[in-house]
Amino acid sequence: MWWAASATGHWDRVLLPSPASVWDALTSHLRGPDGLIAVAYRSVFRLFVGLTVAIAIGTPTGLAMAASKLVQRSVGSLMVGLQALPSIAWLPLAILWFGLNERAVLFVVVIGAVPAVSIATAASVRLVPPNLVRAARTLGARGSVLYGNVILPAAVPGYIAGLQQAWAIAWRALLAAELVVQGARGLGHLISQSGADLDTPLVLAAMIVIMLVGIAVDFLFTLVDRRVRRRRGLLVTS
Amino acid sequence: MSATGSSARSLRLIPGSSRASAKLSLRGVSKTYRQESGELVQAIDDVSLDVEPGEFVCLIGPTGSGKSTLLNLVAGLDRPDRGEVLMDGHRIEHPGPDRAVLFQEPALFPWMSVRANVEFALELSGVSKAERREQAMHWLSKVHLADFPNAQPHEISPGMRQRAALARALACQPDVLLADEPFGALDAQSREILQHELQTVWLETRNTFVFVTHNVREAVFLADRVVLMSARPGTLVAEHRISSPRPRAFEDVLLAKVVVDIHDHLLKEVDRTVSAESNAQPDLA
Repeated sequence: MWWAASATGHWDRVLLPSPASVWDALTSHLRGPDGLIAVAYRSVFRLFVGLTVAIAIGTPTGLAMAASKLVQRSVGSLMVGLQALPSIAWLPLAILWFGLNERAVLFVVVIGAVPAVSIATAASVRLVPPNLVRAARTLGARGSVLYGNVILPAAVPGYIAGLQQAWAIAWRALLAAELVVQGARGLGHLISQSGADLDTPLVLAAMIVIMLVGIAVDFLFTLVDRRVRRRRGLLVTS
Repeated sequence: MSATGSSARSLRLIPGSSRASAKLSLRGVSKTYRQESGELVQAIDDVSLDVEPGEFVCLIGPTGSGKSTLLNLVAGLDRPDRGEVLMDGHRIEHPGPDRAVLFQEPALFPWMSVRANVEFALELSGVSKAERREQAMHWLSKVHLADFPNAQPHEISPGMRQRAALARALACQPDVLLADEPFGALDAQSREILQHELQTVWLETRNTFVFVTHNVREAVFLADRVVLMSARPGTLVAEHRISSPRPRAFEDVLLAKVVVDIHDHLLKEVDRTVSAESNAQPDLA
């Protein structure tokens, strides 16, 4: 449909580049210090760093939310509020605090992903089957032993599912921040730069790379998820 | 309370004062809980029961008679509103491996192998790491699972899972074993096999056993004493001592006679509740 629409010539080639020109942009800009691979690598690396920090903060926060009603009511409500906020809304403040640089981008990623990670962690703990907890208690498990040996392992499938949501939020926050922050030369920057240059085939090529990265990261999470669930007999085969 | 409640009390055969020798004793225990709808439900009312050391007691009664509630109180998973639940004369405050529980669902930890499930119980009972493996295999072979130590719980049949749960409970070497309809979800054949195996294992270990079931035949086959509970609120209405020597067989004529007796008794109990309910709500009769 895209090919047919562009082939009619009804729309300007800048506004609607042909699939062939996008393919050209994609293949000709792959290599080099500012090629798509290098640019995508920078963005993915930032995603990795940002998500790691978000997991490091969000996981213990979520565990505390699941363990204490008080923490849930205070910190938990804050997390729900933060989640309602598009993370890009933090960007003006982040730029004022950190400047137009990579740290501002990372801040937006972390503050976007922490609520998702913490809420998912708390939910995964709350969804642990109560019969497993009861069985463990009758075997004499209590306190940290119960938590570490039963509740946390039982929460793992839900936790992984939560991270699968959180990384997508982080990825979108990252690209949105990169669109604005010129110092961070990632995929987002490439889109805004090429857009300004009216190089729309390259804009679309960058968007395709973003989707490909998305599919690849999602695939990794799915692999881990399937592995965990297969081991527990939670996978529907056939 | 209803007519059922008051007549039940007059039928109670168990003395209110417990003997000092009892392993478990419940004294005037009542428990009310709140349903999701907000409605208060009295699960058990003024239950007193003594269980002797090494005695196998089956609790039997219609659905909703508070059998599971009573078991949870002994397990320490719940606290009574009124009355006392004692083990060796001490009030039960927490769950613990001295009172292992078999649930209707095996409740094996799905991320652990069958053997790791048993080893976890041993670890909690303070068995050293070096001895855990050997002891776990010992208990698994008792329940004929020695060939499946490395299987994940979902890879074995429901009957085998329940055996693994039994091995895990036995590994605690509990003073008291509690069971809440552990074979209720199994097919008739697996059920019978497991009843036999349970009898065999128990004849070796002789733990004090409180076994909840709604299956009269199962109760009579396993128990030294079958205690009948009324419909809600659950009270104890009668008890039958089963003196047939062990090992027992399902074909035992004596047992068959007791099964009929208890069945009659149970049916009357159900009838009485049904008529009490239909009197209260004639439009539903």
